Amino acid sequence: MIGKLIGWIDDRIPMTRVWNMHIAQYPAPKNFNFWYFFGSLAMLVLVNQILTGIWLTMNFVPSAEGAFASVEYIMRDVEYGWLLRYLHSTGASAFFIVVYMHMFRGMIYGSYQKPRELLWLFGMFIFLALMAEAFMGYLLPWGQMSFWGAQVIISLFGAIPVIGDDLTLWIRGDYVISGATLNRFFALHVIALPLVIVILVFLHIVALHEVGSNNPEGIEIKRKKGSVAEEDKPKFKFHEYYTNKKDIVDAIPFHPYYTVKDIVGVVGFLILFCWVVFFMPAMNGFFLEAPNFEAANPLKTPEHIFPVWYFTPFYAILRAIPDKLIGVAAMGASIVVLALLPWIDRGRVKSVRYRCGFHKWNIAGFVITFVLLGWVGATPQTDLKTIISQVCTVTYFMFFVLLFIYSKNEKTKPMPERLTK
Amino acid sequence: MSNAPVDNGRRRFLTIATSVVGGVGAAGAAVPFIASWNPSERAKSAGAPVEVDISKLEPGQLIRVEWRGKPVWVVSRTPKMLEQMKEHEGQLRDPQSQEPQQLESSTNDYRSLRPEIFVAVGICTHLGCSPGFFQGNFGEKVEGTDDGFYCPCHGSKFDMAGRVFQSVPAPLNLEIPPYTFLDETTILVGEEKGVA
Amino acid sequence: MMKKLLIGLFALSVNLLPNTVFAAGPSVDLMKANNDITDQPSLQRGAKLFMNYCLGCHQMQYQRYERTFRDIGIPTEVGLEQLIFDGSKVGSHITNAIEKDDAAKWFGAAPPDLTLVARVRGSDWIYTYLKSFYKDESRPFGVNNIVFPSVGMPHVLQELQGVPTAITEEVTEHGHTVTKIVGTQTDGSGELSDDEYDDAVRDLTNFLEYVGEPSRLESEALGIKVIGFLIILFILAFMLKKEYWRDVH
Repeated sequence: MIGKLIGWIDDRIPMTRVWNMHIAQYPAPKNFNFWYFFGSLAMLVLVNQILTGIWLTMNFVPSAEGAFASVEYIMRDVEYGWLLRYLHSTGASAFFIVVYMHMFRGMIYGSYQKPRELLWLFGMFIFLALMAEAFMGYLLPWGQMSFWGAQVIISLFGAIPVIGDDLTLWIRGDYVISGATLNRFFALHVIALPLVIVILVFLHIVALHEVGSNNPEGIEIKRKKGSVAEEDKPKFKFHEYYTNKKDIVDAIPFHPYYTVKDIVGVVGFLILFCWVVFFMPAMNGFFLEAPNFEAANPLKTPEHIFPVWYFTPFYAILRAIPDKLIGVAAMGASIVVLALLPWIDRGRVKSVRYRCGFHKWNIAGFVITFVLLGWVGATPQTDLKTIISQVCTVTYFMFFVLLFIYSKNEKTKPMPERLTK
Repeated sequence: MSNAPVDNGRRRFLTIATSVVGGVGAAGAAVPFIASWNPSERAKSAGAPVEVDISKLEPGQLIRVEWRGKPVWVVSRTPKMLEQMKEHEGQLRDPQSQEPQQLESSTNDYRSLRPEIFVAVGICTHLGCSPGFFQGNFGEKVEGTDDGFYCPCHGSKFDMAGRVFQSVPAPLNLEIPPYTFLDETTILVGEEKGVA
Repeated sequence: MMKKLLIGLFALSVNLLPNTVFAAGPSVDLMKANNDITDQPSLQRGAKLFMNYCLGCHQMQYQRYERTFRDIGIPTEVGLEQLIFDGSKVGSHITNAIEKDDAAKWFGAAPPDLTLVARVRGSDWIYTYLKSFYKDESRPFGVNNIVFPSVGMPHVLQELQGVPTAITEEVTEHGHTVTKIVGTQTDGSGELSDDEYDDAVRDLTNFLEYVGEPSRLESEALGIKVIGFLIILFILAFMLKKEYWRDVH
């Protein structure tokens, strides 16, 4: 009976074929570690954001007069409204946590290297869309931080020569942030950008499945056809789409092995996530900032304005430079340079495990730089911190400069032929 | 690769157990989404029982109050109206109020707690329009009557107890809301006495 | 409180409107409120204080009486009788009839809504603020406040606390000797003793913290169950993974 129904559907759309090709008979390297959880977790958070977001729009009022009160209405009057709202606000921060981890994984295992350049680029576009999505979403509660944060960030566009002032006016649709800005940000936040993100995620996965996953060893599991002896091939069945073109070693089918593994990751993540949602949704002001519990007031700037934590590393680069235009340019460059990583890194060996010692130190330095920038961007500015942010801005870009130089003739360790274990 | 044989029973048990517990979790996760569609505190507050002062209500007069966003009529029926209601019972669809369009306490000849005071939800049981009150000139709609209600949308007719006449589109008598007399001149619409 | 601090440079760089300082004040060490939102009698006393002393000027425009009574364990009839003074229905928001423009004229600024004050400033700040009024004849209402200099509000709890005066101390700062206010002392003319006043202020703070986030207790009760459930699911999922991966290892 069910077999018949599946047959009926398969005659009309390629359901079983897609299932086998991309899940049940998709060859994945057998040595994924902790860092490989974050792709599926990002997907989970995306679904959470879309679902809770849809439900929030049911009671949110996108107007300067009604927005703040409607959020309090959701928090107080709507059954479980507080939970939907906290799931969404915590999800925003969780999204950046998992995406930063996911990107870091790509960096240490060289997942951006040939042939995965486009995969990395799609990822960077997702990251950009995500930043725009988060920024616009943060305006919607119409609190003091929403208002003044948006005011500051939109003013950045004023740094662009000639058109800057007209551009900021156009983005706001008013002389200050106003209901007009709120309405257009609402439209982009709930419809346009989610659509873009979902499409980009789809393309990201299409690109991934075409080239196949990298792994912590950075050793390709797809080999030239005919180069692998029969007894070295895995005992599992993979889809002929992959086996016809290449010989595959050290792989396992995504399902059931990585589905059951990802479930462990998902539930583990949910434990931490729910702990935040139920017990500390404001995360001491990092996820929900205290001044945002006061309705937006265009006549009164809060004492301390700064972006939510996930923007602070880039914000610190902006602040480190005393010139507005150069500051904005540097902030933009700090993201562009990440996107160019596949071409900056001229090495042939992917995983940090087999690269030169200097590369390890370079990555460690980059992580420290990024964390320091994030800390400096989220805390009061002092003379010392200005110096720290300037030093870190230099070391941030130095990571890429150094990588470009030493990767050309890098002394790497010998790579094993096959995945160990 | 371990050489231990695959224990299919254990594998099946764990798969089912995880699926069932995971399914329970998914169902639990759906609860806030579903529950959030219930009337909110605001809707409940707006839908709270309404007090109506009838001390100024003249015989034959109708006043409208809003309860849960719906028009509720309070009519002071004259002895003549009460008298006439008995005469056209043969022309009604449900003269004995057998359909549950009212609470037990109002299931009587007058469809009310007190014969002279009539309380009803002023929404036609056909498609939700609000009928008009024809006082003294209902004869043009139903011969032999003086007063009644006529729905302008599709021509449904109701008598002074909100009972529907035959051969009109409306299938049921007008709904009688729960209500209570707080004292001689005050009605509480939305709550029956002793029933919170 | 010190977690988030000035980013003045950036504010200047984008030419923001002049910063009308709102309770910025010198950095004063805040006293610990040590309130407990599970303590219903305390919340009830706090609600009573709020309705009697604060609601005349400050609203809680997002919070409803009915929900408040339910959450802090006040029967509806009792609440209607003892805590609603303006004839509001039990389902209405906790508001007053004060005109915003009038209020601004009387106090210099409209009294802020207090629904979310605990989330903006924190419980310790509220507790300290209510204990930091002191007599200052130079101010329009004859009082000032240590944590909120030039406060535009009278000391409405004076009849409870008595008249507080500042305790000063000579401190040497940057080579200069300056007089600093380090605390306050009441003249004992109030209805309450110092300890009783502290308790009253703690109750009021407690109530304000509850109103800031009325879902807090419900959230924690549900959170325990959700996390307990997830731990069970985690164990099962982990065993399932181990079982399948015997094929691989």
